[in-house]
Amino acid sequence: MFHRESGYFKTTYQADMGLYPLPVARYAMVAIGAVLFILCPLLLDGYYLSIINLVAIAVVGAVGLNILVGFTGQISIGHAAFMSVGAYTAANLATKLDLPFWLTVPAGGAMAALIGILVGIPSLRIKGLYLAIATLAAQFIIEWIINHTPSISGGVAASIEMPRPVFFGKELANQAELYYFLMVIAVIAVVGALNLMRSRIGRSFIAIRDQEIAAEIIGINVFKTKLIAFGVSSFYAGVCGVMYTYYLGIANYENFQLITSVDYLAMVIIGGLGSILGSIFGAIFITMLPIVIRLLMESFGSIFIDDAALAQVIAQFRLIVFGGLIILFLVVEPDGLAKLWQNIRNYFRFWPFSY
Amino acid sequence: MNDTAGSGGGVKLKIQGAAKNFGGVRAVSNVSADVQEGEIFAIIGPNGAGKTTLLNMISGFYHPDEGSIHFEGHDISTTGPSEIAALGIARTFQNIALFRGMTVLDNLMMGRHVLMKSGVLSSFLYWGPARREEVAHREKVEQIIEFLKLTDLRKTPSGALAYGLQKRVELGRALAAEPSLLLLDEPMAGMNQEEKEDMVRYVLDVNQEWGTTIALIEHDMGVVMDISDHVMVMDMGEKISQGTPDEVRADHRVIEAYLGSTDHKEVA
Ligand SMILES: Nc1ncnc2c1ncn2[C@@H]1O[C@H](COP(=O)(O)OP(=O)(O)OP(=O)(O)O)[C@@H](O)[C@H]1O
Ligand SMILES: [Mg+2]
Repeated sequence: MFHRESGYFKTTYQADMGLYPLPVARYAMVAIGAVLFILCPLLLDGYYLSIINLVAIAVVGAVGLNILVGFTGQISIGHAAFMSVGAYTAANLATKLDLPFWLTVPAGGAMAALIGILVGIPSLRIKGLYLAIATLAAQFIIEWIINHTPSISGGVAASIEMPRPVFFGKELANQAELYYFLMVIAVIAVVGALNLMRSRIGRSFIAIRDQEIAAEIIGINVFKTKLIAFGVSSFYAGVCGVMYTYYLGIANYENFQLITSVDYLAMVIIGGLGSILGSIFGAIFITMLPIVIRLLMESFGSIFIDDAALAQVIAQFRLIVFGGLIILFLVVEPDGLAKLWQNIRNYFRFWPFSY
Repeated sequence: MNDTAGSGGGVKLKIQGAAKNFGGVRAVSNVSADVQEGEIFAIIGPNGAGKTTLLNMISGFYHPDEGSIHFEGHDISTTGPSEIAALGIARTFQNIALFRGMTVLDNLMMGRHVLMKSGVLSSFLYWGPARREEVAHREKVEQIIEFLKLTDLRKTPSGALAYGLQKRVELGRALAAEPSLLLLDEPMAGMNQEEKEDMVRYVLDVNQEWGTTIALIEHDMGVVMDISDHVMVMDMGEKISQGTPDEVRADHRVIEAYLGSTDHKEVA
């Protein structure tokens, strides 16, 4: 899927403005689609599919967060809380009103968007560190409210059991069946984000990030546009929360605490700020990291220490690797994995005629 | 003052007794001026005279503390910058303010923001109207890219361009909005002779071929006297002279301000 431009000329603006202007890229997309939707479910068993499911869920959240942080230049440390808003909204609608997934998913997104917009209101006045603190506060406030309102959280344990999604009368009961459900949502989310970022609204996000004053002089309503960015971003977070809830079969605030917000920030930083592709890389990377660490530690760690201590070490080790990687990327490659990928791609871009 | 050379009839922009204070600094005080439809109107004056501040008030970035500004008969004294842009006023900045992460093409597309209207949902789907809108505006932008000879650079990130080219892209972004009043804050500052000549030609072409009214701030006297229909001279926040280039050149207050401004600084 290297974008080779040699020997191909675009003849209309429409062709030039396509998501995949080059035929090679289009074939590559078809190939990726075939692997994701045909090969993977055929060849992989439930365990591996459940990992890919986790990645698909993370992709939606990471793309959403990147729209706000990477493209619009605003910060949110409260995204996990927006996810929990989506999760509990969907869980309540599914259990109390028996609503199907095609209503609970957008409803969870919409409710999270509403809360996200409220949290975004201070962004007109405050920036950077102060906005970070405001969204951090939102994280705790939302968590507290959900936890202390039984009618939202479903009682003492603050968790609601989520019915399985039903697709044309068929219950999606296992990971292999959930796979299609989650993957389709992830694909819609990614394509939608790519569309958004190449048109009027997405450009105005970037304009605000690059030059807020010029953006305003050019006619962008900065306040409204920032709120749209918060809205879109937390809609994605909400949908991500709903997906996770269907995946787990339970809505529980413990899955949406500060550390999860930080996980998602790590995804967009390591993946690449302001890049949809980077968000996908970041989501894969951060989701796979603990799994790979566990695998390695379990294979080699038992040589040095006993199993009981190992579980403890794995948990700590994950945090260390995690922190180290964020620092490494911030220092060495602030544009993240997406940039590394681009470097490789550019090398082959006009191959074999580099000059 | 009553000379009508180059004007297409009617007052485009009317500034009446405009004043702006920053703390104790009186940046602009009691400035009145009429910019005629279709003319090139130059604002000159020593550093710190208040020229940029006046431009900032016209584009809605600041609101005048006193006085008023009317554009095509509408009072825009308290109108916000984004609404003023929608009325047909576009500008460039003294210190380049491009969207550096965007390509030249996207910067110009951005200039057309006020003329486009796709919302979140239709952009998300990129179907029908949203897609047609993008393509239609792309065509207009390509005309401007061709006019400004930026064809080879359309996919280059604007932040990576040389200074002179960035100035040209900024002009392009302002033109993309198809403004009826174009404000230029020192469009030729920091350019070499050849770049200046190019820029002068673009400004004249825009004025003559598209009929755009232009108000510009410029320090290069040769350029100002050559291309403007009217010149306004400011010093220490006040308007000290106005007229055709010839009238202004002959005005002894202007000569004093320019020669005397160094004295002021020594005294102050
Ligand atoms: N935002 C601001 N806050 C405080 N003072 C300001 C501000 N903007 C301008 N000033 C002051 O107002 C006065 C006029 O500034 P202005 O930028 O309008 O001058 P200018 O004529 O454009 O000068 P130059 O030729 O150097 O660009 C200066 O004394 C400047 O320091
Ligand atoms: Mg100035």
